[in-house]
Amino acid sequence: MNINLTLFGQMVTFAFFVWFCMKFVWPVIIEAMEERQKKIADGLDAADRALRDLELAQNKATDQMKEAKQEAAGIIDQANKRANQIIDEAKQQALAEGDRLKAAAQADIEQEINRAKEELRAKVAGLALAGAEKVLEASIDEKSNRALVDKLAAQL
Amino acid sequence: MAGENPASTTEYIQHHLTNLVYGNHPENGWGFAHGAEEAAEMGFMAIHVDSMAWSIGLGILFCWLFRTAAVRATTGVPTGLLNFVELIIDFIDGAVKDSFHGHNKMVAPLALTIFVWIFLMNLMDLLPVDLVPELLMLLGVSYQKIVPSTDPNITLGMALGVFILMLYYSIKIKGTGFISELTMHPFNHWAFIPVNLFMETVGLLAKPFSLGLRLFGNMYAGEMIFILIATMFAAGAGAGLLGGGLHAQIFGDHTSALFWLAVFVLVCTTCGLNLKGKISTGKTVLLCMVYMAIGGGLTALGGGLMQWGWAVFHILVITLQAFIFMVLTVVYLSMAHEDH
Repeated sequence: MNINLTLFGQMVTFAFFVWFCMKFVWPVIIEAMEERQKKIADGLDAADRALRDLELAQNKATDQMKEAKQEAAGIIDQANKRANQIIDEAKQQALAEGDRLKAAAQADIEQEINRAKEELRAKVAGLALAGAEKVLEASIDEKSNRALVDKLAAQL
Repeated sequence: MAGENPASTTEYIQHHLTNLVYGNHPENGWGFAHGAEEAAEMGFMAIHVDSMAWSIGLGILFCWLFRTAAVRATTGVPTGLLNFVELIIDFIDGAVKDSFHGHNKMVAPLALTIFVWIFLMNLMDLLPVDLVPELLMLLGVSYQKIVPSTDPNITLGMALGVFILMLYYSIKIKGTGFISELTMHPFNHWAFIPVNLFMETVGLLAKPFSLGLRLFGNMYAGEMIFILIATMFAAGAGAGLLGGGLHAQIFGDHTSALFWLAVFVLVCTTCGLNLKGKISTGKTVLLCMVYMAIGGGLTALGGGLMQWGWAVFHILVITLQAFIFMVLTVVYLSMAHEDH
């Protein structure tokens, strides 16, 4: 418990160890720690940025998707309209064609009827004459009665 | 027990409180002191070899440990030792930043050195009091105090180092302001200069002394309690089967290191079996206590439990004292840097 040279021995030792720590220990470790701190902070920043970018991209993607959907809906609408139009047109064409065909058929039929009438007329005149000839048993001048019979036949 | 007559508790304590001193004896010249009286006669021209050796050894341990970590320091993921060292450095850095507001690259490394070094020196207190002195005695070294911080030379040496730094920075930063601080406070009048000077000087000198003596006092008292508890072993030796156990029956008044070595091996084996899962923890504790009770008697059992209890409490004390020394150093240096 005496105060002696140990006091100075300890002071010298103390100074040496503090110097050693100051030169070879503290700066090295604190520098590494600070650098790591910076790295971690940068990393966190980058992560934040990436998150924000992701959000932006997602928003953009959603917008684009909405746009595309709208466009698609428009196209489908247009297509539907066009299809209806085509169907309508086709219907009308078909109707017109049907009418045309009907008219042609009607005309044919009328023609046929007229022809049959003509034929019938001609035949009726002949028959009437023949009938009359038979009835009268006398020959009637065909030429003089012809106009009469034709008039009769025209009444048919 | 140090191999002497165990009945002499005073001698046992005395022995434990004596340093291994090398110095210039007025009659015998340079050499190791044989006992406390001879050491006292050597006066100032002597050195406590044990304190210095342990202190330097622990300082080197500190430097080696932290230098190894510094060499391995990476900016990547820290592992193992580096993690541990960075934890301490971060803690010190925080404490220094809290209480030191000047710009000085020296304060933080100084605080680190003080904290870790004093902690290591204090830690020696937790080694069993008889272990190292007894072993060195077998090698012929008659005195050994293994806790450097129970030596006032060591603690005051560090405190004086801090004091020199305080003075240096006070003069460097404040210049003449330091002189006016000593002479014109607290009474700002020329007539009070002698009174001021006296008060301020006492206040200034009290800082390093309280710093060094606080650490010394705490560690000395702690060591003393370990020693006092250890004397229970000595008291038990003469106290028959119940008090002294098997040991007193076989060896009487003489301590046998071999006997205690056998008990030590037995305790280690039991603990080893517990770690391997062969014995339950409760049984292990019970068995160890039975070994102590049979081997050294009830005094040894009680002493062992008390040593353990005090050691657990002392872990707190040694850390706290190292921390207080460090924080006060930083605060004193901070005051030296503050220019009013």
